Amino acid sequence: MGLLCVLTLTALASNWQKLAEDGLHDPTNPALKLLQDPTESLSVLPPDSTGNKVDWIRALQNGDIKPRSNILEQLEDEILDLDVLIMAAGSAPIVRFPHKAHTEWLDCSNCHEHLFKSKAGATQFTMLDILQGEYCGTCHGAVSFPLTECNRCHSVDPDEANRIQREMATAKAEADDKQ
Amino acid sequence: MRLQRVARFLILCLIVMSSGIAWQANAEYADVVLNQKSEKEGVRPVIFPHWFHRIRFKCKVCHAELGFKMRVGSNHISMENITAGEFCGACHNGDVAWSADECDLCHSGKPGLKTGIRGGHETMGPGIW
Repeated sequence: MGLLCVLTLTALASNWQKLAEDGLHDPTNPALKLLQDPTESLSVLPPDSTGNKVDWIRALQNGDIKPRSNILEQLEDEILDLDVLIMAAGSAPIVRFPHKAHTEWLDCSNCHEHLFKSKAGATQFTMLDILQGEYCGTCHGAVSFPLTECNRCHSVDPDEANRIQREMATAKAEADDKQ
Repeated sequence: MRLQRVARFLILCLIVMSSGIAWQANAEYADVVLNQKSEKEGVRPVIFPHWFHRIRFKCKVCHAELGFKMRVGSNHISMENITAGEFCGACHNGDVAWSADECDLCHSGKPGLKTGIRGGHETMGPGIW
């Protein structure tokens, strides 16, 4: 157990490895010195506690990075500022899915309709599916923040969720009245 | 009895996760090893660094516009595709990024690596990625 603790602490102590020492890159490759080490670019971005140790959402929103949205100028950003509450979360807090943070990076077609139907509630999935790399787990746990961060998704208590739903219903009713 | 089974399962998960940190502590989160064809063709495996690319491109560029499926091993890309300007070749053409004749810059992995997604910080998921 002591050894495990030491290994864990060692892993957490240094944020980014040099490419030549990362266990993946071949240190005998003469071209290796031309590649950028992660520390150089990641250490100047907003920090996070997991993943690349970079808060990618904040980095984009702050303008710390300015990633291109297209190569061939065919795809334009289609930002959707719409939260979806996923109520069936067992005993865990309810999930708030923010379309905004996702559409700032992704195209609608990355998730719809093959991973998730557009109609809220039409796609049934469980945490086990996600842990096996399906649905949200296609990215979370692989490239976006890992599945150890329960509270980032399971973030809304039931009372708050009920209040938001009532507000949404009222807003929808008002909008329908106007039409 | 059921509680015991759950406890045993949780302990097992902890051990797997801890040992995962020891095995994979070094790779940067979301680094991808591509070795379905490389070593059979006599070159090193490819290491694709997600972190480097997402600083410069949004996910949608590769995963919508260029057609990369979001699952390691599901994109069967050959050097012919790349030199024809498809997949990596949409940028790695000497214009946006280095061209495909700079073999060692992409084919930079240690021999024997298996295709898959790697990473250090608390990323240990099932091997499906």
